[in-house]
Amino acid sequence: MAISREEVQHVARLAWLALSDREVDRFTGELDKILDAIGIVAELDLEEVEPTSHPLDLVNVWDEDVPRESLAREDVLANAPDADGGLFKVPTWRQ
Amino acid sequence: MAAVIDTLRLTAEEAKGLLERGEISAAELHSAYLDAIGERDGELHCYLSTVDAPEGDGVPIALKDVISTKGVETTAGSKILSGYVPVFDSTVAARCKEAGLPLIGKTNLDEFAMGSSTENSAFGPTRNPWDPTRVPGGSGGGSAAAVSAGLAPWALGSDTGGSIKQPSALCGNVGLRPTYGTVSRYGVVAFASSLDQVGPVAKTVRDVALLYSIIAGRDPLDSTTAELPEPVRLPESHSLAGVRIGVPTELNEAEGIEPGVSASVERAIALAEELGADIGPCSLPRSVRYGMPCYYLIAPAEASSNLARYDGVRYGLRVDDESYQQMVERTRDEGFGDEPKRRIMLGTYALSAGYYDAYYGRAQKVRTLISEEHREALEQFDVLVSPTSPTVAFRVGERAADPLAMYLSDVLTIPSNLAGLPGLSIPCGLSEGLPVGLQLIGPQFGENLLFRVGHALEQALEFDTVPERWRAGSDPAGQTPPESA
Repeated sequence: MAISREEVQHVARLAWLALSDREVDRFTGELDKILDAIGIVAELDLEEVEPTSHPLDLVNVWDEDVPRESLAREDVLANAPDADGGLFKVPTWRQ
Repeated sequence: MAAVIDTLRLTAEEAKGLLERGEISAAELHSAYLDAIGERDGELHCYLSTVDAPEGDGVPIALKDVISTKGVETTAGSKILSGYVPVFDSTVAARCKEAGLPLIGKTNLDEFAMGSSTENSAFGPTRNPWDPTRVPGGSGGGSAAAVSAGLAPWALGSDTGGSIKQPSALCGNVGLRPTYGTVSRYGVVAFASSLDQVGPVAKTVRDVALLYSIIAGRDPLDSTTAELPEPVRLPESHSLAGVRIGVPTELNEAEGIEPGVSASVERAIALAEELGADIGPCSLPRSVRYGMPCYYLIAPAEASSNLARYDGVRYGLRVDDESYQQMVERTRDEGFGDEPKRRIMLGTYALSAGYYDAYYGRAQKVRTLISEEHREALEQFDVLVSPTSPTVAFRVGERAADPLAMYLSDVLTIPSNLAGLPGLSIPCGLSEGLPVGLQLIGPQFGENLLFRVGHALEQALEFDTVPERWRAGSDPAGQTPPESA
């Protein structure tokens, strides 16, 4: 097994997903198969190889610090599920 | 007269000519496409929404629904963004507007561009215009199918692992995944930021080149963009004299390539030789075996980070619950479909403590190897050629229950995407009555070369982009492949 049911539950917590028990069962099986297939990257000798994070040779793109128009507050809040007094509103933070 | 416009055949360039000569008005052209949509989109479901009144006097365009359009709902094919109306335009949408291209509508896609069949859309699948029991490919199946069905003269898609090239191949039209960094992603719903690129889909290489010239170039709002080293040239030459075309063995002999697909691609390569190209074999030894695994570590890892923004706070769905944490977790569980969840889980795992080096870190190094072997092959050759997809369009439902089988749909498009290289898919024939795509891969910023080779081949191949079932009269000569295929 590349991944256990407990690991799937742990990953779901890290990813803020409230998976149902059925989803945990299904993802455990599917992720196990996928990890098995993609785990073959372990076969290669990568000791001397540099990682690629970006396919172009762009380094530090600088822009002038010029103020420009930004979105109006009502536009920013236009799609909010809940807003109040010009702010996004969310339920109480509780552990 | 709008009545005489045959949207199935009209190219964007021809439409532009009609408008410029005053033979039709923009409103007539727009309504011809809306009529075609009314006639054929009930069966195909290419569009998630359409725009009734044209804004602009140019050739109308369809945009994949990951492209933010001010005032027009943009869902990314997801329930979590259902009802989301952007308050700003993406740079590509703005550039289309500036060029006078009115929006016809927003096209269907796999949720968050994750998939190869457009079956993962939260709003139902799109079907292939050549055979509605089959998928149009994905994730940009809506854009590709719309162009093939004459529901848009051209469209924009986005391509992370093959989401422009593969649906273009399966629907029988031309699609360009541009060099990474040539087209702005500002305002485009992010999936995997080191791979995502926006690009054109159309019936001809010249249309694709024209649309590319409108959208490409540095954008101050996307720091990953670069200035084009040379202006876009619309291809004219029918000759391939002096062009060196490499045939990577691994990409052309990969397991799972259908014999009919190989036969069409081989005929196209032979034709390229007749047009004067020098053809030779080359090797990309790691690209097929390790490309897909490398991609399915990097793309989900980046997706898990990009999709963290969907939290029910600023936009999109919210499922109310007692606490903030419960609200976010339930919103994400109900708002995301299976494939985004699968990739968020996979990516979170690959990035998590203890696994980062073994998975994500290794994948980034494999990416270096794949880039290097492409660079070496492109020192010997000007362009590389292979099938775009190992198979023709598969049946709706055929791969839906098996994520790995679906992931293998992109085995031939993924390697050059990892290397940041441009790829053009052009239709090169039929197998089992369905289109086969030819993938042309060029060096970084080599779009003009791809247009030249693609255009010359297109002229020689004479592929009819209109699905057979909608052609007037009988099957034109040369479209039915020999039985031996």
